[in-house]
Amino acid sequence: MTTREVRNFIIVIMLFVLVALIPLGGSGYWLSIGVTIATYMVLSTSWALFSGPTHYISLATGAFYGIGMFVVGGGIEVLPYWSLVLIAGCIGAVLAALIGLATLRLSGVYFVIFTLGLAEFVRQIVTWIQTTMGTSSGLYVLTDLNDTIIYWELLALGAIVYLVGWWINRSRLGFALRIIGNDEVVAVHSGINTAYAKVILFVFSGTVATIVGALLAPRLSYIESNIAFSPMLSFIVVITALLGGAQKLWGPIVGVIPFMLVWDFLSATFPNQTTLMLGICFLLIVYAIPNGFAGLIEKYVPKMQGRS
Amino acid sequence: MEILIGGILLGGTYALLAMGLQLQYGVARIMNLANGEVLVAGSFGAFWFFTAAQVNPVLAIIILAPAAYVLNWLIYRFLLQPLVKRSKTQGHLEVDSILSTFGISFIFIGLLHTIFGGEYFNYEYLEIPYEVFGEAYGINRIIAFIGAVVIAAGLFLWLSKTRSGLKLRAVSVDPASARLVGIDVDKASAMAFSLGGAVTAAGGALISMFDTFDASIGVVFTMKALIIVILGGVKEIKGTIVAAFVLGLAETAVATLIDPGLTLAAAFLLFILVLLFRPQGLFGREAS
Repeated sequence: MTTREVRNFIIVIMLFVLVALIPLGGSGYWLSIGVTIATYMVLSTSWALFSGPTHYISLATGAFYGIGMFVVGGGIEVLPYWSLVLIAGCIGAVLAALIGLATLRLSGVYFVIFTLGLAEFVRQIVTWIQTTMGTSSGLYVLTDLNDTIIYWELLALGAIVYLVGWWINRSRLGFALRIIGNDEVVAVHSGINTAYAKVILFVFSGTVATIVGALLAPRLSYIESNIAFSPMLSFIVVITALLGGAQKLWGPIVGVIPFMLVWDFLSATFPNQTTLMLGICFLLIVYAIPNGFAGLIEKYVPKMQGRS
Repeated sequence: MEILIGGILLGGTYALLAMGLQLQYGVARIMNLANGEVLVAGSFGAFWFFTAAQVNPVLAIIILAPAAYVLNWLIYRFLLQPLVKRSKTQGHLEVDSILSTFGISFIFIGLLHTIFGGEYFNYEYLEIPYEVFGEAYGINRIIAFIGAVVIAAGLFLWLSKTRSGLKLRAVSVDPASARLVGIDVDKASAMAFSLGGAVTAAGGALISMFDTFDASIGVVFTMKALIIVILGGVKEIKGTIVAAFVLGLAETAVATLIDPGLTLAAAFLLFILVLLFRPQGLFGREAS
């Protein structure tokens, strides 16, 4: 490691500790929005690990998240909570591998369409199983985990995602992914197993999303398919990641924090206009900041440093 | 028999929707994920004409389709054409157009939600049972089917027999070569996109005659139209029509035999099978 890397590493650890201290401040509002931000930080960063380099837009986050919730909801009376989180992660990984193997050989459009329908598909199946088995439509998850613990769990998961992302960027896999993103034909001709590289990353991001769902299940305490498989979740993940900039590991978090603060305020002030605002956000990102905040920072910061 | 006829009736309207999307994706090369919202806007238009002015939905199409044409032209000209000009590759355009049409679809949903509210809508138009082979079907469903077939047939003839139809097909095959033989590709793309929107809105008006709808149901129709297009093969109009009936039959079969809540799941299963075994579509040619 160079001195610069060591310095950055220390700064990151200090920031991490500082952020981890937020629940001790005792403010319920900041803790609650902290949990939301931490959730989307983990989801967006893991989303960008896959979609950033490959340019495949995944809308499957909501499906994985919902599955995680339902694994916990369905098994909480039989198995201890911690084992359920692990089981949820395994189910997410297997499912992501199957989806990846089926769709990632094809062009990006098929993948987007497939993942767009996935959450609704899983929701219909879950609802159908519940009605045919005659169980009620909701499940209770009652544990003694409070917001503070959930927040720390999410931060720990976030730290793992960052470490894995940092490692991938330095590894052969990350290099392969960047080539695939630039030109898939070139990648194939240089002997890169493109399907394998894409599936590995998709499995990682799917597993993380499933675990996030499992971690957040105790927070909702009552799980219903309409809430667990909310289509909004996938879209907000895409927006925050693109707003921050999906090409950089630290991009999504630059998008998540301002977006969630503004979004929290706007959706509280205009509760009926959230879809309309989401639409405007999408258009703004595509037309005004196609490379996200990270792209803007990379473009302007060196200029300013050059001048001073 | 009941499944067969029900499926064919449903498939007729699906064929129309998928042809609309086919024009937009095949010719204008825009993967329009706001397609379903244009459809729902058509449904709301027909609903509004019927309840406020007692205009019958079939006649309302005469006003709604040109209105949708103009609206889609504006969307293409001002929101999508800049993206077409900006993008260097087809892949880049796909990502951009997917994101921006998502944005457009959310704006549609938001506006419809603000104007009409979030409830489910339907109206009663010719809900008289009519017997076909011993089973009763609403006359409104039969009229919707006939309307869809007439519009789809007209569109098909126009595309295959007229000069302007030929232009669109040329652009669909190869935009660069089309330019060489003196076709204004920008104009043809804008036309295909707007025409696709008009056809979709007409389909929406027809569907509203027999189905309930709400402001956020569009995505379901987008999914179905996309699945049909992929099932039939991109740029294969004939394949699209066959695939629409396959989907109509599959959905009706699942709804009648298993559970009406699983129709989208059935469509999705079909989609997975196609992706696994015939990614170029039932009638598509092998990619070279």
